[in-house]
Amino acid sequence: MYDIIIVGAGPAGLTSSIYARRAMKKTLVLEAVSYGGQIINTLSIENYPANPGISGFDFATKLYNQAKEMGSEVKFEKVTEIKDNGDYKEVITTKGIYETKTIILATGLENRKLGVTREDELIGKGVSYCATCDGAFYKGKNVAVVGGGNTALEDALYLTDIAKIVYLIHRRDEFRGEEALVNNLKNRDNIKFIYNSNVTKLIGDDKLEGIEVTNNDGSKEDIEVSGLFIAIGRIPENENFKNIIALDESGYIVASEDCHTNVSGIFVSGDNRAKDVRQLVTAVSDGAIAACEAIKFINKKK
Amino acid sequence: MKIIDVSKDNFKEEVLDSKIPVLVDFNADWCGPCKMIRPILDEIASEHDEYRIVSVNIDDEDELAEEYGVFSIPCLVVFRGGSEYTRSIGLRPKEEIEGMLGGD
Repeated sequence: MYDIIIVGAGPAGLTSSIYARRAMKKTLVLEAVSYGGQIINTLSIENYPANPGISGFDFATKLYNQAKEMGSEVKFEKVTEIKDNGDYKEVITTKGIYETKTIILATGLENRKLGVTREDELIGKGVSYCATCDGAFYKGKNVAVVGGGNTALEDALYLTDIAKIVYLIHRRDEFRGEEALVNNLKNRDNIKFIYNSNVTKLIGDDKLEGIEVTNNDGSKEDIEVSGLFIAIGRIPENENFKNIIALDESGYIVASEDCHTNVSGIFVSGDNRAKDVRQLVTAVSDGAIAACEAIKFINKKK
Repeated sequence: MKIIDVSKDNFKEEVLDSKIPVLVDFNADWCGPCKMIRPILDEIASEHDEYRIVSVNIDDEDELAEEYGVFSIPCLVVFRGGSEYTRSIGLRPKEEIEGMLGGD
């Protein structure tokens, strides 16, 4: 029986494991893919206190090594279900079942998909969710960005330095993102704005060759692009817990700053919690709080 | 076997003409997930002699990246008998990579 099982080895989950180990709790971290979470795709972190310019990879690796050195056990298994059996809980993974006194859900966010046919098939063959990761492959080519928030605007701006033409496609007639970014973009020669429109079809067999764009008035247009960067937000990875955990209408776990979920002994930390500010620093903050609350819960039961 | 760096000059010899399956790791220095996948590949390479793993830096070898349609990294491509057998994009757990190499 573990004291604390943490689901997710991003900044929130790994920070929880450090606090748990400092309280000498038997701790297991379960991670589906690899440690680090979303931050590994950030080239340079500029807004984390006292360590400006550290790369996301270095940050994640330092944090992971710190957690391991503190004695956290980490297993790379995907959690498919959690069960509340009153006195103890069960965490079910693709490889086994683990018993624990408490659980911290720190699964974070995944990219929201457009939902067009063959989207998954063309990932890495023209379809991308990360301009800074994949932009370099589109030197001198035509690309499109979908979205209306800061990420879409930043992606478009980044790509105007690399690509030949950047189409920015947004379903509304104005952007949600910062005005300064929009103005910046308008000054670029190779940007084309397509408002009130959605990407409705991906064209190309082995790789993306174009997209069909449908205007809200019903008219359709095919545009030749080699790359499509989808920046329409992220969604929480809480699907596997909704049998017992209360989620809000957007799928985030309902919990206040004390990180308690609706189930006693199950806590949430990081970006998958319902909150306003999702930053590296708030993720690690949640990580500390959730672990301290879990430790309190265990010690009270003794 | 150790992972060796491959360029367009020796790609045919090391990958296409290989008698055993070859996994090509397309990567770049600026790619965080690539750095995370490398230790996993090193581990697999040291545990298995029945296949080979090679590395291609896409900044130095953009022609190879273009030729094999690599648009996102890390990209792992398995070659068998000189042609592409399967590929994956992004971080992958060790078992999945072994599965790509071992599957029939």
